[in-house]
Amino acid sequence: MSEWWTYSLSDFLLFSPRIYYRLFELYNAAIWPLQILALALGAAIFGLLLSGVIWRGRAIAAMLAACWLWVGWAYLLQRYDTINWAASYFAAGFAAEAMLMSWIGIIRDRLGFRSGADAAGAAGRCIFLFALVVFPLIGPLAGRPWTQVEVFGVAPDPTAIATLGVLAAAHRPHWPLLVIPLVWSTISGATLWTMQSPDAMVVPMAAALALVVAGWKALAWARQASREGT
Amino acid sequence: MRKREHLSRRSLLGALAAAGTAVLRPRPALSQGRAIITRPIPSTGETLPVVGLGSWITFNVGDDIIARDACAEVMRAFFAAGGRMIDSSPMYGSSQKVIGYGLGRLDRPPAVFSADKVWISPGSRGAGQIEASRRYWGVPRFDLLQVHNLLSWEEHLRTLRAMKAAGQVRYIGITTSEGRRHREVEQIMRTQPLDFVQVTYNVLDREVEDRILPLARERGIGVIVNRPFREGELIRRMARHPLPAWAAEIDCANWAQFLLKFIVSHPAVTCAIPATTRVDHVRENMGAAHDRLPDASMRARMVAHVEKL
Repeated sequence: MSEWWTYSLSDFLLFSPRIYYRLFELYNAAIWPLQILALALGAAIFGLLLSGVIWRGRAIAAMLAACWLWVGWAYLLQRYDTINWAASYFAAGFAAEAMLMSWIGIIRDRLGFRSGADAAGAAGRCIFLFALVVFPLIGPLAGRPWTQVEVFGVAPDPTAIATLGVLAAAHRPHWPLLVIPLVWSTISGATLWTMQSPDAMVVPMAAALALVVAGWKALAWARQASREGT
Repeated sequence: MRKREHLSRRSLLGALAAAGTAVLRPRPALSQGRAIITRPIPSTGETLPVVGLGSWITFNVGDDIIARDACAEVMRAFFAAGGRMIDSSPMYGSSQKVIGYGLGRLDRPPAVFSADKVWISPGSRGAGQIEASRRYWGVPRFDLLQVHNLLSWEEHLRTLRAMKAAGQVRYIGITTSEGRRHREVEQIMRTQPLDFVQVTYNVLDREVEDRILPLARERGIGVIVNRPFREGELIRRMARHPLPAWAAEIDCANWAQFLLKFIVSHPAVTCAIPATTRVDHVRENMGAAHDRLPDASMRARMVAHVEKL
């Protein structure tokens, strides 16, 4: 695109807020009661985060990968693509995240969590809980109907935030897994901001918090490696 | 886009001179008993109502059947008011499919003047995209095809010229918006055979008055005006103020008609294409295609008034 600097974010907004949120309404109605299953999956992930079972990394990775695949196919490709021609690229990104999660978390079993007192881990679990429990309430609190609720595991924003929470809670940072949720959070925040949604900053702020926690953990990890090296 | 603060002397004189040119003088046709103002397409003399219907954002409603039916009702009101030109693009999400749905619901009104665009790179993929667009609309051929935002324009114009020669499209053109690439637009207007050029023009964004609109008249190119309300921003801004009493002198009952009458009273303009999701708004918009239009002095007054608000 030439003269790209003359374009503003609003030039890329192809739809009205009314149609954007109606999409969730129609999607929720079509997949009901899958939202209950998704929330149960989220509760299971949170339970595993708190538990000390040895296979929890693999189980969490498998459930998150399934959620990313579902959201990419059922929401982005089947629904969002009808009003946004870029949605197929977003869906490819969600599929890539599912593949990466499967590779790192299931096949290589690298998604580990530290048991016991760990401030960064606690912050990550709080971010996850926020995505699972608080995020669905934000739309209704902002004045949108319950039928347009965005639920973890079936809607992209809470799925991305929850994943960032899990990654922040992991005992070591996994930068390759962080990239796509962070990119999505930026895109989603920009979309909502252009639509002048009152909750536009929620997703970017949650993502920024997860990034800070991951960065903090990376520093701690590097310091520990340096100590062990000396 | 650069905003000009005052009506330039040159454009004012140009408009005054143009007002006396018979060939571009508004021509009334009848719609439901009231004369609707039309303008001839310079390359053929075929007339079009001066207000059309855009579809950017407003018709991108996906598979939402309730929203699709609402769009069909907007189209019904548009045709009932004597409207003809509907404009879309492959860039506008599901808008083309929604227009096709609406045309189907309305039993394919013969009055429709189908205006679409080609927007793909490389240009070799243009013919395939145009055929997909035609199927979405459900029309045997487009009345007008335009190169959207000059993307791969050389290749696309070659394709469009060949299609026009083969009778697969009636008119061809180029588009830009919000003041982008005006020098290139001018160059293409000077060197290529075009029926239409589509640009942004409204009471505050008047850059095209200086060169593009006079050039369109000189070269016999029709002008379609997009973003007449700056995507609703102008209407929202004006709505905070009362319509001046003197707007009645040009038969304006609301701000939409005030803003549209300013645009379509420029002698180089063939048609403005406001977009809306509401039946009452499309009726308001079509009201601008009736009764008196402002002359040059009234246009200057309109600019001065809006710039003060």
